[in-house]
Amino acid sequence: MTLQVELALNGLGWHPGAWRLAGPDAHRASDPRYWAEIAVAAESAGLDAIGFEDSIGAPSATTNTVIDRLDAVLLASFVAPKTSHIGLFPTIIANHHEPFHHAKAIATLDFISHGRAGVRVRVAPTAAAAEVFGRRTGVDIAKLPAAEREAALAALLDEAADHTEVLRRLWDSWEDGAEIRDVSTGRFIDRNKLHYIDFESRWFSIKGPSIVPRPPQGQPPVSVLSHQPVITAFAALSADLIYVTPDDRAELAELIAEIRELEAAVDRGLPPLRILADIAVSVDPNTDVASARLSELNKLAADPLDSDALVFAGNPTELTDLIEDWRSEGLAGVRLRPISNRHNITTITNQLAPQLRERGLLRDAYAETILRDRYGLARPRSRYTQPAEVV
Amino acid sequence: MTAKRQVHLGAHFPGVNNTTVWSDPASASQIEFESFVQLAQAAERGYFDFFFLAEGLRLREQRGQIHDLDVVGRPDTFTVLAALASVTEHLGLIGTINATYNEPYDVARQFATLDVLSGGRAGWNVVTSPDPFTGENFRRGGYLPREQRYEHAAEFVDVARQLWSSWPADSLTADTSTGAYVSDSSVGEFEFTGKHHAVRGRFTVPQTPQVEPVLLQAGDSDDGRDFGAAYGDAIFTRGRPLPQAQEFYASIKDRLAPLGRSSDDVLILPGVTVVVGDSDDDAAEKAAYIRSQQVSGPTAIRLLELLWNRDLSAYDPDGPLPEIDPDTSENTIFQGQVKHYTDPLATAAEWRQYAEQKNLSIRELMIERASRQTFIGSAQTIAEQLDTWVQTRAADGFILVPHLTPGGLDDFIDQVVPELQNRGVFRTEYTGSTLRDHLDLPPAGHYRAEGLATR
Repeated sequence: MTLQVELALNGLGWHPGAWRLAGPDAHRASDPRYWAEIAVAAESAGLDAIGFEDSIGAPSATTNTVIDRLDAVLLASFVAPKTSHIGLFPTIIANHHEPFHHAKAIATLDFISHGRAGVRVRVAPTAAAAEVFGRRTGVDIAKLPAAEREAALAALLDEAADHTEVLRRLWDSWEDGAEIRDVSTGRFIDRNKLHYIDFESRWFSIKGPSIVPRPPQGQPPVSVLSHQPVITAFAALSADLIYVTPDDRAELAELIAEIRELEAAVDRGLPPLRILADIAVSVDPNTDVASARLSELNKLAADPLDSDALVFAGNPTELTDLIEDWRSEGLAGVRLRPISNRHNITTITNQLAPQLRERGLLRDAYAETILRDRYGLARPRSRYTQPAEVV
Repeated sequence: MTAKRQVHLGAHFPGVNNTTVWSDPASASQIEFESFVQLAQAAERGYFDFFFLAEGLRLREQRGQIHDLDVVGRPDTFTVLAALASVTEHLGLIGTINATYNEPYDVARQFATLDVLSGGRAGWNVVTSPDPFTGENFRRGGYLPREQRYEHAAEFVDVARQLWSSWPADSLTADTSTGAYVSDSSVGEFEFTGKHHAVRGRFTVPQTPQVEPVLLQAGDSDDGRDFGAAYGDAIFTRGRPLPQAQEFYASIKDRLAPLGRSSDDVLILPGVTVVVGDSDDDAAEKAAYIRSQQVSGPTAIRLLELLWNRDLSAYDPDGPLPEIDPDTSENTIFQGQVKHYTDPLATAAEWRQYAEQKNLSIRELMIERASRQTFIGSAQTIAEQLDTWVQTRAADGFILVPHLTPGGLDDFIDQVVPELQNRGVFRTEYTGSTLRDHLDLPPAGHYRAEGLATR
């Protein structure tokens, strides 16, 4: 069984020191052509999807890390017309922002890309993120005493679950076939196929319908990155795809079991979660070079790479071995985080992808353009679809 | 010899009112990306200054039901413009974005991103809509009193401007040898405390090619005009007959000197409809046919309801006007649409009298009274009129609103643009690279409003 292979993009690389070795690319974190080049290369290699990282604001006071970042949804929209098959997962932050704006943006990305939009949902666990909007007080989750951390995170995740539920309801708020263009009665739409969503919770109340018709995929896939059970519980409730961060195969097996338990415990109403493993990679044709580069980056950055995901340093064959080993636990795919774009992406596209193909881990060519199809997710009907009238 | 004043042109994507004819066989999708690409690329072929996309944040309703006679459904503004940046090179990309149901950080970041993605072609039509009806789709509901909407919008733009200038030019040093990614720790930092916003943080987009997007304003009230004169680079106003257009033009330009702005700093751009024909008579016939397409029987009743403020669904569009008077109490019939009638009783009486006199049905009357196209004629006639409007200070340019998606401006681009070029009032190539260049505007930050927002 082949795997989905995604490429997760974060600035000039996931290592905070990556820009120091980026040469002429060091200036390009906000250059649209830089992102277009990477997207086209990833598609040429037949990768399944690209993830675009995002966050609220930049950390204050720093001068030695990449702090510029273009809006992820708009970056995905920009590369969409330059590609035709690769999936696009921009990150959105589900606290502070308006779910109505997010819903219409992702639906529109789905139209622009002809059914290749996904969305990765995350929370904003800092006080600084709240100050950017100034509407309420936030808290630095990481600085809380351990006993309070989980409760604070759970509150953010509760809002995220509602935010995601609103996205899904708004995507369903137009049934398929709502646009009728009926000249005889002068009606552009059948208004009976448009629905208020009437969502109400402690966080917000949203009326609907969406201003955007039903997206081509019906429900663009929602992905969540989890490195804690409370986040996995959120994914079990709200997501189609989950990225996990095991250090080894044994931990992967535990995480998968945990996911299935948490899924069973909630009223999910969605197909089973597709599980992908995140791996941060320093990959080079020469294993020693890959290791040396990681060490050099750790020296150049103020702090060594602090990664929730396993940091792999080695050559494409070794990485293929690792992926093949982990695949047997029941993974749907892997999401690769290049620690240095300049050094790792070409190796991934030119050497890793062909090797994965040789081992039957990556399919030969794109079989479909619809992102849901790629993950074996059927296209759902709108939950508001009225049963057919009995005549 | 002084060069003539140049005509500026914008291409408005057909929107969700009855100007857009969706029933014509030539009418294509209002949501598929291809329609936006085709109109944008046609406009670029015609050397237009910009493409324009409107926005609405709640589906319109009439009689408590979603309005279904006109186009319903539209894309997210920012997303489409970012994608159009990818398939165009010179064309400005202006979108309506609401300043009431958004936060300055988001909007500033999205426009900065769009300006970077497009190489300096972004523009923002700043609108307010504090009605609780629209607010039902957002966190804060109808939180803003109507009379504060421009004060709020002014402060919103002030915050956005601080964000756009938070990265000084050349502050992204990316010095790989010293480790200085930015020139100092204050790069990107912002802090703003005002009546409506209290925000602080670090902005993530370096200085963009235009530094700030071009700002448009479209509201017609006195407050709207004041806001436009203080903050706008251009005013997107409604179409008017020539003398009234000249009056409006003067009313805005006269506001500028007292603010310390020069007359050419703010462009007046009426939204207009154009019908091009082989001859003036041919165009007149086409125009009449289009108006009949725009006003179906059900649409005629709906348009009547906008004045009558009553449910008129029982009336026959091919029959006479209602005997009963309009309901002049609080509007109960329609939501999500601007109200136009200041004296409904007088207008209704006049319509009734006129219809009786000419023996017109409801539909026939509405076809006649529905917005007559602004410019109707052969390509030469139209070019002459557009030229005259600009030379006689009725406009600095025009935002063209076609009735067909996406080919509705093809005739204009193929036939009228060459005439304008021959007259020496329209560009024959793009000479600048940013939207500011095309519109001949001074650089951003050239002028700063004072006193409009409340501290």
